[in-house]
Amino acid sequence: MGLDSRKMAFWAFIGSECLLFGSLISTYLVYKGRSLTGPYPHEILNIPFTSFSTFDLLMSSLAMVLALAAVQRGDMKQGKLWLLVTALLGLVFLGGQFWEFSHFVREGLGLTTNLFGSTFYVLTGTHGAHVTVGVIWLLTHWVQALRGKLGPANAMTVEITGLYWHFVDVVWIVIFTVVYLIQ
Amino acid sequence: MSEQAHATTATYLRIAAILVMLTLIEVGVFYVPTFQALLVPILLVLSAIKFTLVVMFYMHLKFDNRFFAFLFGGPLLLGVAVVVSLLFIFYGALRLRTGT
Repeated sequence: MGLDSRKMAFWAFIGSECLLFGSLISTYLVYKGRSLTGPYPHEILNIPFTSFSTFDLLMSSLAMVLALAAVQRGDMKQGKLWLLVTALLGLVFLGGQFWEFSHFVREGLGLTTNLFGSTFYVLTGTHGAHVTVGVIWLLTHWVQALRGKLGPANAMTVEITGLYWHFVDVVWIVIFTVVYLIQ
Repeated sequence: MSEQAHATTATYLRIAAILVMLTLIEVGVFYVPTFQALLVPILLVLSAIKFTLVVMFYMHLKFDNRFFAFLFGGPLLLGVAVVVSLLFIFYGALRLRTGT
């Protein structure tokens, strides 16, 4: 078919990730509203703050496509800039998640406090781990670009990183709706 | 279908603007009491639109080979089927036990 084998393998990997997050979201939904003790979701979830995190991640996806477009046309000055912006927006998201988790722990919601705590931390924590991997991956590309080792010839590696990053974004789109907005 | 054909920068910016607007609508709907009865379907539809826009335009599935759509869409549909089936099984069992 003349397809790039790395890209094909990565789409298959993303497909398997759909099943991973599908199982975690199922677990969250199945145990939703079954906690016997608080804190409960409506008491603790901060919608304005999480809306900002969602906006941040959406903007990081925009920065990622701009980075890829720049690398593909050989504009490495723009490519480096947008790769760094994407990684920084990812770091802002992770900082927000760290603050959110710390705040919840101070409010008395731990991993084993109740069913909400267990399913919430496992689902959002797994997503956060994926964001962390993505940030490291993006920074690796940025360092490669700084050293002059990234260009249109290996734009496919940036495209694959982009696929991963956008997948992390779409998973958050679902989590934001299912966990935060549908309480 | 070429693997290289992607959207333009203007399209990326338009998609970003739509995504931000849809997110604002989601949050707005969450806070407006009038929409509480229809909150879940409205939010699920808005979320599905955002998901589709990112996958089609930012992940380039609209422009790429259809085999990639198969590799992604197959497991995605299976994942959605797992979520829906488990919800039916668990909430169905709960309703049978409680008689509601």
